Amino acid sequence: MSGENAGEEKSIVAIIVSKNSLDMAYPPLIIAQTAAAMGMEAHLFFTFWGLYLIKKGGAEKAKLPGFMKFFTGMMKKKMAKVGIKPLHEMIRDAKAMGVKFHACQMTMEVLGIKREDLIDEVDDVMGAASFLEIAEKAKVTLFI
Amino acid sequence: MSEIKPTKKLDVRGLMCPMPVVKLSSAINEVKVGEVIEVLATDPGSLTDIPAWARKTGNEVLKIDKEGNVIKFYVKRLK
Repeated sequence: MSGENAGEEKSIVAIIVSKNSLDMAYPPLIIAQTAAAMGMEAHLFFTFWGLYLIKKGGAEKAKLPGFMKFFTGMMKKKMAKVGIKPLHEMIRDAKAMGVKFHACQMTMEVLGIKREDLIDEVDDVMGAASFLEIAEKAKVTLFI
Repeated sequence: MSEIKPTKKLDVRGLMCPMPVVKLSSAINEVKVGEVIEVLATDPGSLTDIPAWARKTGNEVLKIDKEGNVIKFYVKRLK
């Protein structure tokens, strides 16, 4: 992939994904995918409701929040019309581009989600300290 | 400037952010250093996003043309 100068360290983007509604699921994936396209190293840390996005079948079930959930189908149609892929496909594409998927250990315990319940794209399961180790080196950190 | 001769055409018309940049980042690897890709886009955001991508990845946007709602970029692979 076209990246930065050889020897120069890749800049890192670290994003905490804390929600699983459709509107909150797209931005981290779009930013991570774009970062990878720009030769940056992108990490997504899925915690609390965000973890449901990387649970098998979870991305397919994502809906708009609150009463807006009734308009989810309409929103999905609008997005498909302008060529935006469904979430689960975007996850697959992001993974293929090298985006790293980290699952929050604590959330898994709380919600009773096991490693085998998570999609294959997940790289590893980690806690806050491991994420901070990555985030500390990142030039861009976002909480979504 | 001498006439630009693209060796590859990338059609991302109808695609929105982040796809023009994502597709371009893989297409750039399909041409040799020094060669040019012609990108056709309709996403208005690509007007600023493709130059930003080029600055970050060390490639060059030689020229941008607009024909109706189609934006044409000539992107040279520099490394």
